[in-house]
Amino acid sequence: MDAIIQMMANAPLLSIIIFLPLVGAILITLMNPAKSHRIKWFAFWVSIATFLISLFLLAGSGGFEKFSHIEQYTWLPQIGVSYHIGVDGISLWLVLLSTFLLPISILSSFSAIRKREKEYYILLLLMGFALTGTFVALDLVLFFLFWESVLIPMYLLIGIWGSGRRIYAATKFVLYTVVGSFFMLLAIIGLYVYSGSFGPGTFDFIYLRSHIAPPELQTWLFLAFFLAFAIKVPLFPFHTWLADAHTEAPTAGSVLLAAVLLKMGGYGFIRFCLTLFPDASVWAAPWIMGLAVISIIYGALVCAAQTDLKRLIALSSVAHMGFVMLGIFSFANTSIGQVGATIQMVSHGITTGALFLLVGVIYERRHTREIAQFGGLASVMPQYYNVFLITMLASVGLPALNGFVGEFLILLGAFRADWALGGLATFGVVLAAVYLLTMFRRVFHGECTKPENQKLLDLNVRELVYLVPLVLLMLWIGLYPKPYLSVIKPAVDRSVRAVMRIASGSVEYARSGEKAATALAQVLSEDTPGGDG
Amino acid sequence: MDYIYLAIALPLLGVLVNGFFGRRMPRKAVGTIASLVILGSFVVSLVAFLGYLAAEGGTHTVTLLPWLSLPPLEISYGFLVDGLSLVMALTVSFVSFLIHVYSMGYMADDDGYPRYFTYLNLFVAMMLTLVLADNLVLMFVGWEGVGLCSYLLIGFWYKKAAPPVAGIKAFIVNRIGDFAFLIGMFLIFWLYGTFSFTELRQSVETVALAGHFPLTLIALFLFGGAIGKSAQFPLYVWLPDAMEGPTPVSALIHAATMVTAGVYMVSRMSFLYSMTEVAMLVVACVGAFTAIFAASIALVQNDIKRVLAYSTISQLGYMFLAAGVGAYWIAIFHLFTHAFFKALLFLASGSVIHGMRGEMDMRKMGGLAKYMPHTYWHFLIGAMSISGIPLLAGFFSKDQILFAAFTARPDIWPNAGMVLWIVGVVTALFTAFYMFRQIYLVFLTKPRFDVAEIHPHEAPASMIAPNWVLAIGSVVAGFIGLPALFAGIIHIPNMFQPFVASAVAGGVHVAEAAHGAQELFKEVLTTSISVVVALLGLGLAFYLYQVRYGTTEKLKKAFAAPYRVLLNKYYVDEFYDNTFVQPGRVLCEQLSRVVDLGVIDGVVNSIAFVIGAVGQVLRPIQTGFIRNYAWYISAGAILLVILLWLGLAAK
Repeated sequence: MDAIIQMMANAPLLSIIIFLPLVGAILITLMNPAKSHRIKWFAFWVSIATFLISLFLLAGSGGFEKFSHIEQYTWLPQIGVSYHIGVDGISLWLVLLSTFLLPISILSSFSAIRKREKEYYILLLLMGFALTGTFVALDLVLFFLFWESVLIPMYLLIGIWGSGRRIYAATKFVLYTVVGSFFMLLAIIGLYVYSGSFGPGTFDFIYLRSHIAPPELQTWLFLAFFLAFAIKVPLFPFHTWLADAHTEAPTAGSVLLAAVLLKMGGYGFIRFCLTLFPDASVWAAPWIMGLAVISIIYGALVCAAQTDLKRLIALSSVAHMGFVMLGIFSFANTSIGQVGATIQMVSHGITTGALFLLVGVIYERRHTREIAQFGGLASVMPQYYNVFLITMLASVGLPALNGFVGEFLILLGAFRADWALGGLATFGVVLAAVYLLTMFRRVFHGECTKPENQKLLDLNVRELVYLVPLVLLMLWIGLYPKPYLSVIKPAVDRSVRAVMRIASGSVEYARSGEKAATALAQVLSEDTPGGDG
Repeated sequence: MDYIYLAIALPLLGVLVNGFFGRRMPRKAVGTIASLVILGSFVVSLVAFLGYLAAEGGTHTVTLLPWLSLPPLEISYGFLVDGLSLVMALTVSFVSFLIHVYSMGYMADDDGYPRYFTYLNLFVAMMLTLVLADNLVLMFVGWEGVGLCSYLLIGFWYKKAAPPVAGIKAFIVNRIGDFAFLIGMFLIFWLYGTFSFTELRQSVETVALAGHFPLTLIALFLFGGAIGKSAQFPLYVWLPDAMEGPTPVSALIHAATMVTAGVYMVSRMSFLYSMTEVAMLVVACVGAFTAIFAASIALVQNDIKRVLAYSTISQLGYMFLAAGVGAYWIAIFHLFTHAFFKALLFLASGSVIHGMRGEMDMRKMGGLAKYMPHTYWHFLIGAMSISGIPLLAGFFSKDQILFAAFTARPDIWPNAGMVLWIVGVVTALFTAFYMFRQIYLVFLTKPRFDVAEIHPHEAPASMIAPNWVLAIGSVVAGFIGLPALFAGIIHIPNMFQPFVASAVAGGVHVAEAAHGAQELFKEVLTTSISVVVALLGLGLAFYLYQVRYGTTEKLKKAFAAPYRVLLNKYYVDEFYDNTFVQPGRVLCEQLSRVVDLGVIDGVVNSIAFVIGAVGQVLRPIQTGFIRNYAWYISAGAILLVILLWLGLAAK
């Protein structure tokens, strides 16, 4: 076993994790579309293999404070683009979240997807490829490519296998995202031009973060990145793509959207915005915290009015991701808020992923998502009831389940940064209980009066196989979050410390034309003799 | 005793066993396992208690493992063993055990038998977590956990319409309190840098911040949580509805678990409350007001359990009154005696309902003493105890609360003590009246139902036996905490006070003050008044409901308006519904329809539409014919030349 771990530790793990699903997708194109059974299982095993390999990341070099598993190959040296990837405490759990949810998404589709199965599983694997890549890319061009390539499979998943107004939803999703991405691309080019003004132009994140732009420039670049990430999160008022996309997407699409895609936004903020534009981040923090609080309260209130089960859960993400945003921009003399935001992203992925899977289960049986169509399901589907109950409570943020850990840390941090906004956000915990408990009662409680509900089948083995691991994770993170947090904390701490130091003016900026482009290097060198990685 | 966590682990084990295998096990086994694990918790607590006594005040913490570690934030699964937590653990586990045993009979025919006992075990586990936690965050886990269990158990009969709604109401109203509690926790952490009770106590006591504004703020926010959990005004509204759950659950919520949490929390944080007179006074006033407010509602209610529910709210008010005047140990003492007689009253009322085929309206009862002699005695003992009939448990604890109020002299409002005492005495009058009104209506007056049809019958032995234990407790529990007056006469020292007082602040001066001759006179005076008042209430009930049965109808007509207000519980539920719930619903719908779909999405779709429309306008230009493009290019080139020429000319 040790030998295997040793071998895996030396292998280019991240590249394997990224490209294995891509290879799998390519291989499926060669398969006979009529043999859907074989395609499904092949896709499933590829994703399982990817997940198992990704677990070896944990056995790697001690600690994730700095980037580990770094790979760097020159790619387009003429313009300073390289294939540069690595993982640290901020991205580790997000990588594992995406590799973990991919097989679950695939398994959940086995009976739900009946048309064009070959293409469907190709696209799911491509999603896995693009998502993982987004979280590990350390070159801005590479990041942008992964970021954009998530769009295509998701567009097709919604557009082809979606329900109802799927074309409208898919188009809206893509247009929204592309508008944001366009500005981000401009800002990425802006960073390149800026870096070219005092050295060889580069898109490399590690280089750029030790050559921080002057504050005036930061503001503009920050705003461009902000738009792209805020749409993805989504932050109020950029959230209206979300309800349509989630609602019309097939179950697996909703799961990946809510659980992983939204995290790209939160991850983008904490990885790129905070580190590359520290002054601008601190400058914008009160405004973004304000928007986050609006997202929390407004999202919860809008949820309470929903009649469509899936739409309700989709909109609950607005409120929950509002907590994440609140945590990320809670700047104080502590990183508790940002640590909370990072674990909350993982928690939300697990919980909301599970909620969408659960909606998928009932949709597959009843072909409706109208809450009014249900009622009294508790007595018909007891297992389903129990799993839904735990998941719902995790989403409410009940202590001893995963949702509480992140919310508690975020609110604690936010309260320190701004007691008024932190206090307002805390009221969100009341509202979450209102809409989730009410929904739960309408679906499960009361007499089961509708004849079509009375003979519904309870969860089958396949459904239990993909739901139970999620429930176990909810309990694990809730009861013993320490191992998760101890990975996150050093990396987040390091980023936040750098932000605070620069923003407080104790570090000089690298000005264009000046040769000494060592502003942040000063900060970094203190804890990294010999540079990063 | 380092195995105190077993008190929590055992019920959790019961949850796992019954949760996973309960449906495949015989019912007897399910109920027996559930009851045995709680008995185990009691034994563990008892062993810890004996160990504590042997070690002479061996307050210590047991840390199991860290929950999270983000310096300076360190939270662990740590348990605090001291006089206060031991009293709570013993009370909770003992009364809960009896309720479990009773439930085996009461729920014998219910479909959800294993589910019921799973939830019940979880409830006790969470309550024990709450009282044994050595830090605020773990306490909050239990705090929310009991909220969850109350939600699950109040809504236990989910096929009916009302219970799930009542369950949600309990959870949400509690969460409103928890919101305040969380803010209090955040303030504590950023002010003192710790959540641990021991460290916190040290910081609060060494850093002199007495009367400091943030301290008052913390105390008030934490009290907000207690108002929710312990059903004080204005967040008491969930508790009367909580009786939608099975009756043993009501007993559990009202007596041993859940509602006592707030009183416990205030006592646990007494070192902090003692530093802020403003917060103390608020606690006392809210308690006193709630006591009389709820008692007045209980006067006219007709539902057997509803009277008891308002009685609980009222008694909790007494406990906060005690805590608010600094008599923390008396608050806990009343909590302790109340656990016995309130569990007894609820379980006895359960036996009545059981024997009356689910009837809960006291107007349709009467004369049941003949059919249920045991239950009659149980109810009578409980009623006498809660009314403060001398020498019963409730008498001693309530009497000391009133005396503590009487002697209280807060600097900011020296006469507060007198006002609080008067409110307390009137409440005592109400209490005796509504309890004996209940006795007469249910057990003594002529039957007002068809005896031949309903066949009222006594409860089975499994339900009677635990009630006798509680009845004995309701009689004798008071003797371990006798007031100085009695302790001097019959030479039984107050054992309860020194035991708890070591864990709470300021508890000592109240009873010590009673040693002076003048104080002794005051104590005799207040005690006499309490006794007179209790007998007055009893006598009034006797007169109105036994001697002159029917007079009440005339009184109802004579005082129609106030009667209606009381019967409708001051219309508080209606007020909340009209002010918060309904407007909230409209707000949500409007936000979703008008703002979200209308304005925000409207803007997005309009932009898309405009861009699309512009595209439509421009489309004819893209003809695909090369000659047209040649024209555009030529025209553009000519335009450019003209512009350049104009530009040059301008120079």
